[in-house]
Amino acid sequence: MKAPLSWIREYVEVPAEVTTDELTRRLTLTGLKLEAIERPGDQITGPLVVGRVLTQEPEPQKNGKTINWCTVDVGDANGTGEPQGIVCGAHNFGPGDLVVVVLPGGVLPGGFAISERKTYGHLSAGMICSAAELGLSGDHDGIIVLAPGAAAPGADARPLLGLDEEIIEFEVNPDRAYALSLRGIAREVLVSVDGATSFRDPAVREVPQANAEGHPVRVEDATGCPVFVARTVRGFDATAASPAFMVRRLTAAGMRSISLAVDVTNYVMLETGRPIHAYDGDRLAGPLVVRRARTGERLTTLDDVDRELDAGDLVVTDGSGVIGLGGVMGGASTEISETTTNVVVEAAHWDPVSMFRTGRRHRLTSEAGKRNERGVDPTICEAAADRVVELLIEHGGGVADPGVTVVGTPPPMPTIRLATDLAARVAGLPIDAASVVETLRAVGCEVTEVPDGDAAGLDVVPPPWRADITDPQDLTEEVVRLVGYDRVPSVLPTPPSGRGLTRAQRLRRRIGRTMAGAGYVEVVTFPFVGVDSLDALGIPADDPRRDVLVLSNPLSAEAPAMTTTLLPALLRTASRNVGHGQASCAIFEAATVTLPRGGDGAPILPVDRRPTDAELDSLMKALPAQPLHLGIVAVGEAEHSGWWGQGRAVDWTDAVAAVDGVAEALGLRLDRRAVTRAPWHPGRCAELVLGDVVVGHAGELHPKVCAELGLPSRAVAAEVDLDVLIDHAVDLRVAPSFSTQPVAKEDVALVVAASVPASDVEHALREGAGDLLESIRLFDVYTGEQVGDGRVSLAFALRFRAPDRTLTEDEIAAARDAAVAAAGERTGAVRRS
Amino acid sequence: MSGPNTDYDPVEVTPLKAEEVEAARDAAIGAISAAADLEQLKQVRIEHAGDRSPLALANREIGALPPQARKEAGQRIGQARGAVNQALAARLAVLEVEHEDRMLVEETVDVTRPVDRTPRGSRHPLTLQSELIADLFVAMGWEIAEGPVVEAEWLNFDALNLGPDHPARTMQDTFWVEPAEHHVVLRTQTSPVQARTMLTRTPPIYVVCPGRVFRTDEYDATHSPMFHQVEGLVVDRGISMAHLKGTLDHFAGQLFGEGIDTRFRPSYFPFTEPSAEVDVRCFVCRGVDADQCRTCRGEGWIEWGGCGVVNPRVLVACGVDPEEFSGFAFGMGIDRSFMFRHQLGDLRPLFEGDVRFSAAFGTEI
Ligand SMILES: [Zn+2]
Repeated sequence: MKAPLSWIREYVEVPAEVTTDELTRRLTLTGLKLEAIERPGDQITGPLVVGRVLTQEPEPQKNGKTINWCTVDVGDANGTGEPQGIVCGAHNFGPGDLVVVVLPGGVLPGGFAISERKTYGHLSAGMICSAAELGLSGDHDGIIVLAPGAAAPGADARPLLGLDEEIIEFEVNPDRAYALSLRGIAREVLVSVDGATSFRDPAVREVPQANAEGHPVRVEDATGCPVFVARTVRGFDATAASPAFMVRRLTAAGMRSISLAVDVTNYVMLETGRPIHAYDGDRLAGPLVVRRARTGERLTTLDDVDRELDAGDLVVTDGSGVIGLGGVMGGASTEISETTTNVVVEAAHWDPVSMFRTGRRHRLTSEAGKRNERGVDPTICEAAADRVVELLIEHGGGVADPGVTVVGTPPPMPTIRLATDLAARVAGLPIDAASVVETLRAVGCEVTEVPDGDAAGLDVVPPPWRADITDPQDLTEEVVRLVGYDRVPSVLPTPPSGRGLTRAQRLRRRIGRTMAGAGYVEVVTFPFVGVDSLDALGIPADDPRRDVLVLSNPLSAEAPAMTTTLLPALLRTASRNVGHGQASCAIFEAATVTLPRGGDGAPILPVDRRPTDAELDSLMKALPAQPLHLGIVAVGEAEHSGWWGQGRAVDWTDAVAAVDGVAEALGLRLDRRAVTRAPWHPGRCAELVLGDVVVGHAGELHPKVCAELGLPSRAVAAEVDLDVLIDHAVDLRVAPSFSTQPVAKEDVALVVAASVPASDVEHALREGAGDLLESIRLFDVYTGEQVGDGRVSLAFALRFRAPDRTLTEDEIAAARDAAVAAAGERTGAVRRS
Repeated sequence: MSGPNTDYDPVEVTPLKAEEVEAARDAAIGAISAAADLEQLKQVRIEHAGDRSPLALANREIGALPPQARKEAGQRIGQARGAVNQALAARLAVLEVEHEDRMLVEETVDVTRPVDRTPRGSRHPLTLQSELIADLFVAMGWEIAEGPVVEAEWLNFDALNLGPDHPARTMQDTFWVEPAEHHVVLRTQTSPVQARTMLTRTPPIYVVCPGRVFRTDEYDATHSPMFHQVEGLVVDRGISMAHLKGTLDHFAGQLFGEGIDTRFRPSYFPFTEPSAEVDVRCFVCRGVDADQCRTCRGEGWIEWGGCGVVNPRVLVACGVDPEEFSGFAFGMGIDRSFMFRHQLGDLRPLFEGDVRFSAAFGTEI
């Protein structure tokens, strides 16, 4: 909401010593936040004066243009009192007109300095100004011609143009709809600014009695439209110009001047907060009827959009059908035009909920709708309509029709019982009863003290412009904000002893630190995904990762759903890093993914009580599963090249090792199985298994995926479900005990079919070796002629140790042979000699 | 030790003469002192103190002498060999020290060469900021509450006194899950965690909830469809706005520096009443000569978040008796806090994933 300060001051007196900065600071502290102060004249310096055109001689030029050589009386403003000679290219003025002149030494917006200069054979000393040249918005770009007698030549032109004006822009919270008017702002000034007095309410005026002679109106839905006032002006000149002050103020408030009739309704809306609609009376067919729309009805609104109406929409109709969306926007068929002579003025109160729904349904935002959906004072319809009639006649002529239609009565305001000490308790600040009463009365409440008994306190009726006040807590806010939030003391509460972070919270931190320690950089990506991204990863059509939760209103049609995997975004991020010159990069993200569960959706539960556990359960079950995943991507070198020699390129083992590192940090060990799964290389993807649960996958990416995403070849990735890992994390680790007996080391090389997983051989060895085996490690792999086609030699280092004695040669040999025998039995392994 | 002397050769008995023993001794000592390094000394030892050295050979001859001559010859040769061994040990010690010194010089490296063989990891600054905030509150005895980002409409709105026809619930702000009749949204705030907490715990409640939230804002320097908030909620007996102010002053001081406090301005949130916008004192200029300050743009204060006293309607919907308990809640942008704490003018680097950005913050902020 923007309002010129001079307009505010029309309704409330502020002491001269209160500067604009102080005024806006006070308003900010009581809830009307200053957004900006505009000073349109700030960009103009030097003499800007009123001039009277004395002579005007047209001089045609060779280029086909005609310029005017003028002499202008600028009084004493030029220091000599002599007429000023000025060349002017515009023609919309003549001798005798009052114009605005900037004299040499003046500077116009954009740093445009004015000086005497030779042009078209004359010495031109100054410039006759247009609105555009002064930085004022105006519909035409001719010279500004002031009203006759506006001021004497030589007078400062700034006040006449509003250039000395300060325009204050406020941020208005949804609960303060009354501040969307000068009436409301002035009232806020009155209650907020020390020394402000003499509030004059623009909505309080003598209005003519209602009678049966006005334009007929029938309201069929009194809930939707409790009050409807209609007035008529006859013999109005729709082509009359809007007065300058009105145009200036509308412009300052951010509205465009359209025509006198429209400008007047907007002006009164700004003044009182009450949206008004004006019809061309001659285009109305019979009585106005307010009702809900019927299915199939349509309306072309003033913005030239043809709309299909909803049964919930409140409409105004006449004999021709629907002519307006009540309270939101009028229809084109009864719009005021240049030929209009009879104007029917409508000032009606509309149900805010219905306004909100209609606005949302039709995606219609209007100044009227904005106010009507937040709540307008229902008691000022007659006053506002009367003010419109007054201004129409004053500036457009005609007479007020004696008929005054008033249908309905304003809904009553609630009476709220307020405990006198509630404000003090809520604020944590002593506020005595007298201050509470005084403050509430200042904001317009009727306050009655309820003396004794259990319910002692105050009976408070909020003022009609405060539809937002419904609860004792709302009254409390009024009291505390005006007493001053700055007076609320600062006191630390004392909570009971806390339990610290939960185990899952601590483990999540541990996982992040583990990844960073392993050389990975954490990133944060958006969780939106689209078909293209899943296609790029080669994810098959029947893959469960294609079952995404779709958004109704995504920002981008390419990514309209919540992702089921972190990899698309991470791979894109890696690719972008490569594009930025990071040839090697290793990144990770820990974030939730969304796995839909189907079902009929979540219920809307009651709010006047706690939902039952069953109700809550049905709500929780309706939400998708959102497990926490860890995604990992690495490209380039795992160890850098340098003066020490060649580095090491990342390979599938890095992806697996990163996940193993996380598992180890949680006290877990993952098993691996070879699988084929997008987006990984079909021969280089490990399924990671905890017990019998698949927790994720790791390996080298499919070459096609790397090519598709612009990643260097051999990039690697992993994705695991952290929730499962955290759930199974070892809770309390038992202290180990070590044997200090000597260790016996035995190496065995076993030849098996190449298709046998090394982990199977290792398992068999481990089990065959028995309790004396301390550790086993695959230390060499050999393929080639010596072992034969399709076979591989796996060399394992076995370490044996007993807790209590030195092992004998025989014991060691027996354990080793048992291990080899078990491997032979289970995997066909043959010891290589 | 003595074994059979198979090499016995009576022709070589002559060295037993005194002058020859002395000559052999002197030759040995001369060679020892002339040995320039450990390798030469080893050769010298073989030649002059080894099994076939003159003194060793002479020693063998002692047994062949007449008994009366044995003692004298034994003494003479023993002394000579002792002197040689002593000289050897002394020279060895000197040469070993010399050798070690030379080795250490030869092994000198250029310690100024780069050593960045392995890439360094780091955590995301928003994660670190969230953890820092969590730690500040945990230190006061609060706990960290959590909730999902895909949330029930009822928890995101209705339970928080944002009824279906509330102007704050327009399509422009909220991501809705299809179909809308399923009443599921991407949470627009961390406030549904308030409701979840009250529904699952009994007061006293002291929790903060850091997390991701979503709004349908186009992505630019100051807006993002996803950002991070931290929500705070206290429900206890006798809680007032003063406790809210105290908590936020403490929070601001911990996050932005000693002495940084807050200012409340009346505002509107459906779930709190009274409600306030919280400004934090500009920690760059501290309000002194704010006109020159780029951080607060001359205000002396920076908009930080929203807060208020929990609306009793919210307490009722979440099963808390408003007659017995009252509470306060606040919500701050983590990204926003990070941006002015670390002088970041454009929020996009937080979500672009450029590794250079996260790397600049390491693993703790
Ligand atoms: Zn500052």
